[in-house]
Amino acid sequence: MDRRTSIKWVLAASAAWPLSGKHAARAGPSPTGRGYGTDPNLLAVYHPGELWSLTFTAPQRRLAGILADIIIPADEHSPGASSVGVVEFIDEWVSAPYPASQRDRPIVLGGFRWLNDEAARRLGKGFSDLATTEQKGICDDICQESRSQWRDAARFFALYRDLTAGGFYSTPVGRKDLGYMGNVPLASFDGPPPALLEKLTLP
Amino acid sequence: MPFVKAKSQKRDYDVIVVGSGAAGGQSAYTLCMDGAKVLMLEAGRRYNPATETPMFQTPDQAPLAGVGTPQKPFGFYDATVDGGWEVPGEPYVRTSDEPAGRFDWWRARMLGGRTNHWGRISLRNGPYDFKPHSRDRLGFDWPIAYEDVAPYYDKVELLIGVYGSNEGLENTPDSSPGCLLPPPKPLVSDLLVAQRARRLGIAAIPGHKAVLTRPLDFTGSPARLHPGNVTAQRILAEDMRARAPCLWATPCGRGCSIRANYQSTTVHLPPALASGNLDITTDAMAYEVTLGRDGRADGVSFIDRTTGKQQHASARVVILAASTCESVRILLNSRSAQFPQGLANSSGRVGRYLMDTVGSSASGQIPLLESLPPLNEDAADGDQLYVPWWLYRDQRAGKLPFARGYHIEFGGGKRMPGYGTGAGIEWLTGGSYGLKFKQDVRRYYGSFVHFDGRGEMIPNAHSYCEIDPSVKDKWGIPVLRFHWRWSEHELRQAEHMQRTFAEIVDSMGGRMQGPVQSDGAKAIAPGGSIIHEVGGAIMGSDPKTSVTNRWCQTWDVPNLFVTDGAVFASNADKNPTLTIMALAWRAADHILERMRRKEL
Repeated sequence: MDRRTSIKWVLAASAAWPLSGKHAARAGPSPTGRGYGTDPNLLAVYHPGELWSLTFTAPQRRLAGILADIIIPADEHSPGASSVGVVEFIDEWVSAPYPASQRDRPIVLGGFRWLNDEAARRLGKGFSDLATTEQKGICDDICQESRSQWRDAARFFALYRDLTAGGFYSTPVGRKDLGYMGNVPLASFDGPPPALLEKLTLP
Repeated sequence: MPFVKAKSQKRDYDVIVVGSGAAGGQSAYTLCMDGAKVLMLEAGRRYNPATETPMFQTPDQAPLAGVGTPQKPFGFYDATVDGGWEVPGEPYVRTSDEPAGRFDWWRARMLGGRTNHWGRISLRNGPYDFKPHSRDRLGFDWPIAYEDVAPYYDKVELLIGVYGSNEGLENTPDSSPGCLLPPPKPLVSDLLVAQRARRLGIAAIPGHKAVLTRPLDFTGSPARLHPGNVTAQRILAEDMRARAPCLWATPCGRGCSIRANYQSTTVHLPPALASGNLDITTDAMAYEVTLGRDGRADGVSFIDRTTGKQQHASARVVILAASTCESVRILLNSRSAQFPQGLANSSGRVGRYLMDTVGSSASGQIPLLESLPPLNEDAADGDQLYVPWWLYRDQRAGKLPFARGYHIEFGGGKRMPGYGTGAGIEWLTGGSYGLKFKQDVRRYYGSFVHFDGRGEMIPNAHSYCEIDPSVKDKWGIPVLRFHWRWSEHELRQAEHMQRTFAEIVDSMGGRMQGPVQSDGAKAIAPGGSIIHEVGGAIMGSDPKTSVTNRWCQTWDVPNLFVTDGAVFASNADKNPTLTIMALAWRAADHILERMRRKEL
């Protein structure tokens, strides 16, 4: 089946977005709670689950990690997303009692369901039990929000990619991956190296 | 002396200062260094930047990678606590929720007030900015001119420490020799913006920011600031020596434990406290200036937030420096038989002519900045360069469809990665994930340049606040109700900003992120969101049309002064904080002189 045909085929019979109709309640109630308040201790080190309880079930955690590692896998520069706490970060995010989190929560949880439904429809298994190439086959269909025919699923994927990146690049590993050199005290700030400016023909 | 509870306050203060931010801090500093006994009332809690500032904390140590929430709007590590556009138990009323007709009120209930969250951008108003009506028949002239304020700009710059340069540009004043600290080196992206904008006739120059790029001149400045006052010189010299210069890391908005940037709590309050002349009561929510039988203010009523009880403090002089809208609220809530519509409001102008800054933003992605080698670009946390308003000539020639100007703040570079890094770049990557996504994030990291236009709003009759007839806060204090409307001048200016940003990005060979907004009503940031609100108790030369005179002294009550942004008769594109401090110093000098002459 070529890609064009596959899109038509999937379009005709893809999994319904789970947040409409009878599936709507499955994302569960939105978290309520006081959050960290208006005067939290700014010097403490916080971990997901300390301030508000987390959401993901064990199967959801597994899927969350697989998907995060599909988006940010290990390479020669740095490890994959799940090894630096990205799943816990995303769980903390969707569980927080703040507007952005409440907006994203049904998208993420609905997206997980959609992936499982779609995997079952295509291959008769849950998403986590697919081979990596099969998982990527589904991701290929939803990774481009502006072009995808599965708008809700693509919206989920775009959000999940942003969350994965946010979780990953917030860590020491992520900062190192990007070559970030700041956040250290300097005796003087000398500006860019002259050779670089010369190369860019900047004064 | 220093921090006292309500029950330990004395009975013989010379001056009560309501508020501890830029205006309150400067007012108290000037008064205390010259021997006046001052009681400062601050609505929020005590706050110590030396021990509370998260200097090198990283996003992985914060909840939600440190992103902003309604409880910490500018991010978890922002210095402001107990503040934001929503403060629990302290509502206000908006008459419109439409983006172009709403006003959102930022407050900071903590010692140092709103100086704990600001960009530290410290620009002088120019000569035109004090006489705008004379130039284009819009708005109001101030009863003072640039020459009246210039010496105080010098003083404030020397005291707090401001970097910048003198460029001799129109309506962009130079400072007196020795007042400015040297500006920091620009980043690669700064230099690229400057190079390309210049080709469009737009000049970028060093920014002016309250950050110490080297130690303060503790041997020369104290004598220059306090001639003939040996005690003040000694206290200030000691304090200046204790302020460390910038270490070129960690965002200024977190506060600064080494006191390298300006916060009221690191610059104004320590020497004022060291003078022995300042008492500060925190958790003291002022709600009324009380009037004596002689028609003079005799003190301030406040709620002790730790007990919920009403308290009163008295003094010879009262200074409101509670922030623009809070000072207005206190005046309007101070009703008496003599002033049934609020204290010092015989003109009916209290609450009128609220202004914010015209704000519009855009970002561009610049291929020339992709995949640059690793660089430490924390620098001065932005604002190494900026673009002052450059189209005076075109405006005079009638070539622009709006009055008044704007400046451009811009920045880029390899900032500390965090939430948002690698986000929303599908328009560049085509939706990559996997190994390609990691390569894409490396490629695009540091290749974005962000532009903020900051322009002048002209005061209008439709933008004002008043006391809501029914809503009260949790202390039982009636709250403000805001009305807001932009004029065509502001909307067209916001549209012009968008076009200019697009031209600069284009000249850099870049692409705009998102659409260029051609509808001014969509391009403009909502009222109050730039947090530059001023007006509401404007100064003027006529008691019938203004609230205070040229000394920030209310026309109606001779010993009542307003030294915060409420007295601004116009809101130039220049960020207001430096002018607030200069006017507060000037008013405090005037109060000292009048007290010496026994007139107050």
